[in-house]
Amino acid sequence: MQKVKLVLEDGTTFDGKSFGYEKSVSGEVVFYTAMTGYPESLTDPSYTGQILVSTYPMIGNYGVPADTKQNGLHRHFESDKIHITGLVVDSYSFGYSHWNAQSSLAEWMKSQQIPGIFGIDTRALTKILRVKGSMLGKIEFEAEPIELVDPNLMNLVAQASTDTVETYGEGDTTVVLVDCGVKNNIIRCLIKRGVKVVRVPWDYDFTDMQYDGLFLTNGPGDPTMCEITVQHIRKALSHDKPIMGICLGNQLLGLAAGCKTYKLKYGHRSHNQPVLMAGTNRCFITSQNHGYAIDQQSIPDDWETLFLNVNDNTNEGIRHKAKPFFSIQFHPEASSGPIDTEFLFDDFIQKIKVTK
Amino acid sequence: MLNTNIKKVIVLGSGALKIGEAGEFDYSGSQALKALKEEGVFTILINPNIATIQTSEDIADKIYFLPITAYFVEKVIQKETPDGILLAFGGQTALNCGVDLFRQGILDKYNLKVIGTPVQSIINTEDRKIFSGILHEIDVLTPRSIACTSIEQAREAATSLGYPLIIRAAYTLGGLGSGFCSNETELNKLADNAFSYSGQILVEESIKGWKEVEYEVVRDQYDNCITVCNMENFDPLGIHTGESIVVAPSQTLSNDEYHKLRALSIKIIRKIGVIGECNVQFALDPNSEDYRVIEVNARLSRSSALASKATGYPLAFVAAKLGLGYGLHELKNSVTKVTTACFEPALDYCVVKIPRWDLGKFVGVSKNLGSSMKSVGEIMAIGRNFEEAIQKGLRMIGIGMHGFVGNRGDMEIVDIDEELINPTDRRIFAIAEAFYKGYSVDKIWEITRIDKWFLMRLQNIFHLRTNLIEYNTLENLPADLLHDAKKLGFSDFQIARIVVKSGVKDMNVESLKVRAFRKKHGILPFVKQIDTLAGEYPAQTNYLYMTYNGSEHDVSFQHDSQSIIVLGSGAYRIGSSVEFDWCSVNAVNTIRKEGFRAIMINYNPETVSTDYDNCDRLYFDELSLERVLDICDLEEPKGTVLSMGGQIPNNLAIKLHAMNVPILGTTAEKIDNAEDRNKFSAMLDQLEVDQPRWSQLTTIEEIYKFVDEVGFPVLIRPSYVLSGAAMNVVSNRDQLEHFLNLATHVSKEHPVVVSEFIENAKEIEVDAVAKNGEIVAYALSEHVEFAGVHSGDATIVFPPQKLYVETIRRIKKISKKIAKALEITGPFNIQYLAKDNDIKVIECNLRASRSFPFVSKVLKTNLIEIATKAMLDVPFEKPDKSLFELDYVGVKAAQFSFHRLLNADPVTGVDMASTGEVGCIGENFYEALLKSMLSVGYRIPKKNILISSGPVRGKIELLASARMLKDRGFTIYATGGTHHFFQENGVETEKVYWPDEEDMSPNTLELIKQRKIEMVINIPKDHTKRELSNGYRIRRNAIDFNIPLITNARVASAFIYAICKLEMDDISIKSWDEYK
Repeated sequence: MQKVKLVLEDGTTFDGKSFGYEKSVSGEVVFYTAMTGYPESLTDPSYTGQILVSTYPMIGNYGVPADTKQNGLHRHFESDKIHITGLVVDSYSFGYSHWNAQSSLAEWMKSQQIPGIFGIDTRALTKILRVKGSMLGKIEFEAEPIELVDPNLMNLVAQASTDTVETYGEGDTTVVLVDCGVKNNIIRCLIKRGVKVVRVPWDYDFTDMQYDGLFLTNGPGDPTMCEITVQHIRKALSHDKPIMGICLGNQLLGLAAGCKTYKLKYGHRSHNQPVLMAGTNRCFITSQNHGYAIDQQSIPDDWETLFLNVNDNTNEGIRHKAKPFFSIQFHPEASSGPIDTEFLFDDFIQKIKVTK
Repeated sequence: MLNTNIKKVIVLGSGALKIGEAGEFDYSGSQALKALKEEGVFTILINPNIATIQTSEDIADKIYFLPITAYFVEKVIQKETPDGILLAFGGQTALNCGVDLFRQGILDKYNLKVIGTPVQSIINTEDRKIFSGILHEIDVLTPRSIACTSIEQAREAATSLGYPLIIRAAYTLGGLGSGFCSNETELNKLADNAFSYSGQILVEESIKGWKEVEYEVVRDQYDNCITVCNMENFDPLGIHTGESIVVAPSQTLSNDEYHKLRALSIKIIRKIGVIGECNVQFALDPNSEDYRVIEVNARLSRSSALASKATGYPLAFVAAKLGLGYGLHELKNSVTKVTTACFEPALDYCVVKIPRWDLGKFVGVSKNLGSSMKSVGEIMAIGRNFEEAIQKGLRMIGIGMHGFVGNRGDMEIVDIDEELINPTDRRIFAIAEAFYKGYSVDKIWEITRIDKWFLMRLQNIFHLRTNLIEYNTLENLPADLLHDAKKLGFSDFQIARIVVKSGVKDMNVESLKVRAFRKKHGILPFVKQIDTLAGEYPAQTNYLYMTYNGSEHDVSFQHDSQSIIVLGSGAYRIGSSVEFDWCSVNAVNTIRKEGFRAIMINYNPETVSTDYDNCDRLYFDELSLERVLDICDLEEPKGTVLSMGGQIPNNLAIKLHAMNVPILGTTAEKIDNAEDRNKFSAMLDQLEVDQPRWSQLTTIEEIYKFVDEVGFPVLIRPSYVLSGAAMNVVSNRDQLEHFLNLATHVSKEHPVVVSEFIENAKEIEVDAVAKNGEIVAYALSEHVEFAGVHSGDATIVFPPQKLYVETIRRIKKISKKIAKALEITGPFNIQYLAKDNDIKVIECNLRASRSFPFVSKVLKTNLIEIATKAMLDVPFEKPDKSLFELDYVGVKAAQFSFHRLLNADPVTGVDMASTGEVGCIGENFYEALLKSMLSVGYRIPKKNILISSGPVRGKIELLASARMLKDRGFTIYATGGTHHFFQENGVETEKVYWPDEEDMSPNTLELIKQRKIEMVINIPKDHTKRELSNGYRIRRNAIDFNIPLITNARVASAFIYAICKLEMDDISIKSWDEYK
């Protein structure tokens, strides 16, 4: 096992051991506190450009399932490949056990050339990130020194999105899905509700397409990088076709509506984020993965808060006061994480039915 | 929001600790009471368990030490006129009582609101038929099952479902009367037993071998739901969850599985309508996502206490607040104080729970683990990986093991396959043995169906041992390998044993060498916080554990000589239970009141002492020399308190002292003088204090010579024991030989001691506090039973009612002498024998004893508070109360759990067998006795009693009682000798035949099985445990058919006197504060 270290922008160094592909990489170091779901998280395009730190110490326990497909989508993964830049854990499980596992996490990461480092006090690391905020860092092998790279300067959405227009599912209802780095489960959640999904690239001009509803997906990085997408959405806002957005989609809808966005100190990446539906006593546990948020103060008059984070009062969703437009910051499609808010897809379909 | 109409409530406790219902309910009840108090609600607690923290001052507003039955609860309701009642915090006892209150219309009659989950919801989860019906309405799968009310129906059900099957009795505690069967013979046997507990049994498809997973679910009145924790059993389905090693969070579940079961849990809690907390147990197919719901507990449970400790999320506290009307989002996370309680904890560590069994204490009991619970306690270990946690845990259970490997060959598991197929309390060590014998993970999995992930992790430990064993000296051991070993939870002791290899060397010395060696290499553990959010938010939490898998401490250390470390009592076991937790918590409270910081070390999840709210710092970690030294190195405390947690801390005294750890109170040297039989005896001789003649066993010949001198019976025991493990009385040469054979296996380090056994002597206890050798407070109590019944099993009266003034005077005098000679500062306990004013000392413990909470509460003088102040050397008021001034009497009675221990002989002896106790206060001895005996499950017979009075002494003792019973119109059934004796003395009895007189009728067993008898009094002939005797069969059947059993003549006559003199209505309903 090659010796390898994790070096942060501020010079902090953690020595560890390698379990993945042996290649030095750099990215933004972020932590996530979920205790399950690494195959889903690692393939979540929102993690593009990021070195992921797992606060849960034992990772790899149940291996990685085989890559089978259903309805043109990966059954167990959220996209075609691993999107994280690197993985940092405390105790890597060399032995794994699960009925549907086909390989170990290490084998899978090696096959996709993703490095992994273990033997790191990820709690100590997390505390640094919590205090100083997410920062750049690198997983560096002794023989291969590299410079730090800031992924946020790149258009990560362009990397995570698709190049082609593709259709999934069948049904009378057509939803155009603007892929900014979509998680497969969003598409699964739509098609299982009888929707035909037309997936288009992030910068595709969908405004002249025939559709019943518009879906803005999750995706990595800074929403202000997607100016072209925001322009398209702004056009859509002048019509009355229902719009639903998730995560980056929430920020993009917000920007189109006139909100401002900002970078959170260390983001929300976990399965246990409580959100309160504004004006009610309904509180939901949600899966989240974002580093940017809508500035609560910037929501224009014809829009309102849909959800708020109970822990830090950040915005968790907005909706138009009159039109069928809404978006949420968290992930109702989960995968990974709790599925308590999947009903929001039903709300979207309902809105489409009403408008149709 | 808060429901302001609720101003005064009753909280039901869980009574005495028993198998299946232990200290966890002291914790949940205390939390609930704290929550209610915070909202200004007036609380009335009913709980006869006097040793609990919840029955202490300042926790509830009023406390009734009364049985938790509908009769007594109604009386309290009448008297107190409360607005509401809480049923969910006192285990199954409180729940069953709640259902009774509801069914008898008492709740309606007094317009009493049930706070939290409605009674109907409780009933829906308790009745299995209704329960599965309800779940099927929402398409949730339960095991296919057929409810039966007769054995014929059960057989039909078996035919339609197919074997293997599980049989369950409805409405029973923790799987009582349940079991697996794979053919009709087994079915008949099981069903018969199950019907003895319940009129309804369930015949179910067996899903043995599936994964067992639990979720702790919380719901508020707004329908907000969270799952606070999930837990996975190491042992697959087939072993009761209370008997299984449990891991939190689940380790082998994929995201889909985790969230599928989580979503189902929420669906279920919504359907049932719980407000507060419930627990959902699932079986999960290890080869698909198929599942079954096994059980739902609509109340706080052992698992919820574990989940609270595992996550830092105070479930009981939150559940109580939700009951009062709050929404989850309206409450704060009590660890971070800034985030909301409406969240699901993220763990960044791994928790392992391991049960503690004491099956070795019972003769005849089956050691096999199955679907009913036998363990008496549990521990929780925390680590950053599974290996670290489980190795810690295996040390914590306190059965002399040092981890997964590196144990002495004590276990000597001959047939590994048998042990793996039919697991016993030694299963985990059988897995270690299997690795030694070269078994592969696959092979062990084939046999046990324990998930391979767990087995592979255990194999990691085994492999590391293989690497270590390559080295023969510490000096050659690579630091990296040593560090790896520490990361996998190896103790210094384990490393010393594996590397040094020699069994002759003093392992304590060798372990300390490992310690010095690793300190030299900077291999040290780090202190981590449990903060509920995996570090995401800053938390000022004082809830800590230690790990070698880290690179920094989460906390800083103030070396200001203001902190005091208190060592807790570890796993509950027979002989050490909630009473030591009460002592520890009270010591902590006093330390804090005096302006010091209290640091608690303990690892028992069922306790209040491990509630981080209670101290300034909680180290949820080992009470081993190594770990205590680690903590002392970091904290540099002003002092450590070793006298509150029972024998575990006490045994560390000399070793800690040798390492220069400051010990508060009596010096380590003096503790050793009391513990070491030779030194203690020499001291007594010097003080001219009498003691039963004794001798230390070196050769068999010497023993026979000694026995010839003193005569039989003699008491045999090894030194350094708490509850008399392996202690026994032998009455003849055969028994002596038999015991000596066993005793050499018990402990090689400590010699076996033989003492003269004095029959018909009274046993008297002194619980006292001294400062610098002067007694400052004391309580003297008396056993109802004659000596020969372990003090933990004895019925104890305080203040004493039947002692000569001269006896008391002499005991006081001797106690003073001993206190002075041992220069005692702090709590101590001396046990005496008294016969005709002749006083002998049996034992002296320089620590708090089991009876401290009992005497403190009856006396209304907190002896622990005084003892702690004495140890801290701060001023305190010397109590002026004399024990003769009390106008009331307290009686402590033992709770046995024989009904859970299949085949165990339900007798009391010199070795302790009870799992818990109650203490009740009455106007006089008989009233207090009756209250406490009703509290441990005795029922007042109305018509028929079976007496088999044993030796002549017993017959004489019971003659007067029998006469009283006759006068009251009872029918007495008596076995041969007893019948004859009573007849001769003019008491008419019905003669019944012994179990082995099978052809003769009426036969005792027949009467018991037909439930014609309401109480069995069976006095064993001598003090030995005879498995197959007639007496055994009578006693065992009484237990199996749930008929109250008394096996001591003095207790029997006192009980009979009480029921003949007192009606139920004569029992006073008075709260603790009303006894003045």
